[in-house]
Amino acid sequence: MSQVSVRNLWMEYPGQVVLERVNLEIPSGEFCVLIGPSGCGKTTFLRLLLSMEQPTRGAILLDGETLPREPGPDRGVVFQRYSVFPHLTVVGNVILGLEFAGSPALGKLFGAARRNVIAEADRVIEAVGLASARDKYPAQLSGGMQQRLAIAQTLIRKPKLLLLDEPFGALDPGTKQQMYELVTRLWREEKVTVFMVTHDLKEGFTLATRVLTFDKVRIDPDAPGAYGATVTFDLSVKRQKDKLA
Amino acid sequence: MSRRFINLRPGRGGRIAWGALPFVIAIAVYFAFSAVRLADNPNDKLLPGLASFGAAIDRMAFTRDMRTGDILLWLDTFASLQRLLLGLGAATILGLVIGISIGVIPYIRAGLSPFVAVLSMIPPMAVLPILFIVFGLEELSKVVLIVIGVSPFLIRDLALRVREMPNELLIKAETLGASTWQIILRVILPQTLPRLADSLRLSLGPAWLFLISAEAIAATDGLGYRIFLMRRYLAMDVILPYVAWITILAFVMDWLLRLFNRRCFPWLATGEA
Repeated sequence: MSQVSVRNLWMEYPGQVVLERVNLEIPSGEFCVLIGPSGCGKTTFLRLLLSMEQPTRGAILLDGETLPREPGPDRGVVFQRYSVFPHLTVVGNVILGLEFAGSPALGKLFGAARRNVIAEADRVIEAVGLASARDKYPAQLSGGMQQRLAIAQTLIRKPKLLLLDEPFGALDPGTKQQMYELVTRLWREEKVTVFMVTHDLKEGFTLATRVLTFDKVRIDPDAPGAYGATVTFDLSVKRQKDKLA
Repeated sequence: MSRRFINLRPGRGGRIAWGALPFVIAIAVYFAFSAVRLADNPNDKLLPGLASFGAAIDRMAFTRDMRTGDILLWLDTFASLQRLLLGLGAATILGLVIGISIGVIPYIRAGLSPFVAVLSMIPPMAVLPILFIVFGLEELSKVVLIVIGVSPFLIRDLALRVREMPNELLIKAETLGASTWQIILRVILPQTLPRLADSLRLSLGPAWLFLISAEAIAATDGLGYRIFLMRRYLAMDVILPYVAWITILAFVMDWLLRLFNRRCFPWLATGEA
């Protein structure tokens, strides 16, 4: 279960309202895409979901409980850049989450425990198609492979929510298409609720089961910061399943 | 059309030749002037010739001192290196612990960062008399001078480096369930150690400066002590080889730190992710 409720959410910075009156009910397993013009608060909304920031008013509930005040393993994230650790190999990156869980003192596993998590990691690495690159460092991978790695690294902790902040923004069209297929497959298999920020309308409608557009409904030309953005459209999308298997 | 100068590159042999050229010129100029002065006065002490150097090196590095029975160069080298390495070691540990804490933990940053910023502005040589008074004229005051001189730089440099790390990496580690301690151990430390080695390389110059100053003022052995002792006798035939020897030692230390980075952090060579 990973159902998200957003209750009358406001986010204000000094002299500027970014988000106002955001109300949402997202059932478990939804693939939500957040779109809208730049600076309309969709990334801020994702940061709030991640607890990188605290809302000024209102609350976000995950399975009926207010989100913790800091990021945690219940919410995985893939950023556009800097999502993987440059000093670890592909395997090292993927097992890291399991090492944190299994070794509080050192954050590193040895011997049989290490072999077990590596076996588990290898399955995930295989699933995202990085088996041939398992001993490489991130800098030796292409942009698309780095994002695959970031997804694998996140999924191994089995998060309730998967938050994607323009994860494919820097990729070429062919790679994007492969990533859509991968993300769709993993989303189905893992039954995780996804929130994805994107600029790309077509990408949004390709992937989403729910498209949320953020925009300002009120604009005061003399005080551009006076009103914030909110969810202006909330569309359920029927996915064309045959298109992306 | 000939190419632009910025596009002309020396080949492998050319690089070696061009690199060697300034050394050759410096040595040639020295011996030319030395020859002129020695022709004037065979007992000239200012620019001694090869024979005097040979004799001095033999006396200092290969013959036991008649009074103490020590080989002075090795005695001095051992004493100086011990002080230098103790000082640099302590400064490294301080730099790592305090620098990373300041970089990672906001409360420690708020508490310590202004203090370290002010501390780093104190000229270390100005507090040397205090060190002599507090720690005595023995080894400790010299080691402490190096620590005081080098560690504020290391602390601030590492703290900056930690703060420069993309915030996304820390958030990512949190979403993988890491505690503060685990983040420091598995994310921050491995990524700052290479920077630490680089900062240490930059600190070698100041460290030697502080060491030789302290030895010049109060010591009974050490490379700096010997140089300043020999100044009284105008013994350039000893001073110059000592300076060359110190340079070689510093160069080797620099090279070892570079080797450490290359060997221990293979991911560095792969570039930025």
